[in-house]
Amino acid sequence: MDQFAVKVFVRLRPSVLDPAGEATKSASIKLGAEGIKSLRIGKMIEVKIEGNGENEVREKIDLLCDRLFANTVIEDYEYSLEKL
Amino acid sequence: MDNFTVGVVVFPGSNCDRDVSWALEGCLDIRTKYLWHESSDLSDVDAIVLPGGFSYGDYLRCGAIARFSPLINALDEFVKSGKRVLGICNGFQILTESGFLPGALTANKNLNFICDDVELDIVSSKGSWFNNGGEKQTIKLPIAHGEGRYHCDSDTLKKLVDNELIALRYKNNPNGSSFDIAGITNEKGNVLGLMPHPERACDQTIGGTDGLFTLKSLILK
Repeated sequence: MDQFAVKVFVRLRPSVLDPAGEATKSASIKLGAEGIKSLRIGKMIEVKIEGNGENEVREKIDLLCDRLFANTVIEDYEYSLEKL
Repeated sequence: MDNFTVGVVVFPGSNCDRDVSWALEGCLDIRTKYLWHESSDLSDVDAIVLPGGFSYGDYLRCGAIARFSPLINALDEFVKSGKRVLGICNGFQILTESGFLPGALTANKNLNFICDDVELDIVSSKGSWFNNGGEKQTIKLPIAHGEGRYHCDSDTLKKLVDNELIALRYKNNPNGSSFDIAGITNEKGNVLGLMPHPERACDQTIGGTDGLFTLKSLILK
């Protein structure tokens, strides 16, 4: 069995308003940071998982992302995978 | 209807289960039974309410974890049999997360937790959940949510409009919901999800009775 470290990024789809991102953008500007054109907040989920090779692990992670980690009505996801 | 029993689902973190039970039993004389989320035996209830609250602490997303409970797994067959299911607030979020209703509910546009009475237009007669025949086509119900902004893509919205699945719309949209949507039904009409709380408007002494009709309609066949 191989072990993998997976980092999943879940983001609101571009068409979905992100009020928390807007509020943070506003605070960033008040802090004095200039030039911020856009600020959106997502989630990062770290998973350690084992399986027989990368393909099998990718299948498991795809299922997790699609059915649990993200609500694909409003969110997109992507992930990176590193063999340990 | 003497033996008609409404199951009120209790998740860890539900907090409107007792309110729903009080409104049904005390105001409408309808028998209720609490259903723990780990139960998958729905054989002795005739309708189900998924009450408001914060199931599983709203972890990940509101309703996302509740979706995997044994009770929600058993709900598919219950819904297919035509029995009625009402999801209120967190219950609505669970119904969208689990795919019984389209769309999703996300953070209010102004990021506030909004606790207020809102005016709502009754839009559709699907499922007879609201008093469409009455003179009054507007009702007033309380809302209490931080994540009640209904969102769906344009194709879904068209489907909702074309098939008359939009049950309620806010008169003054408080949370940024698409098309002012406050509640929707499935195509059959036996599943209703809404953000406002009908169980909190069942007695004049607590501010109104506009919620009675919806709870009473749980006993419709």
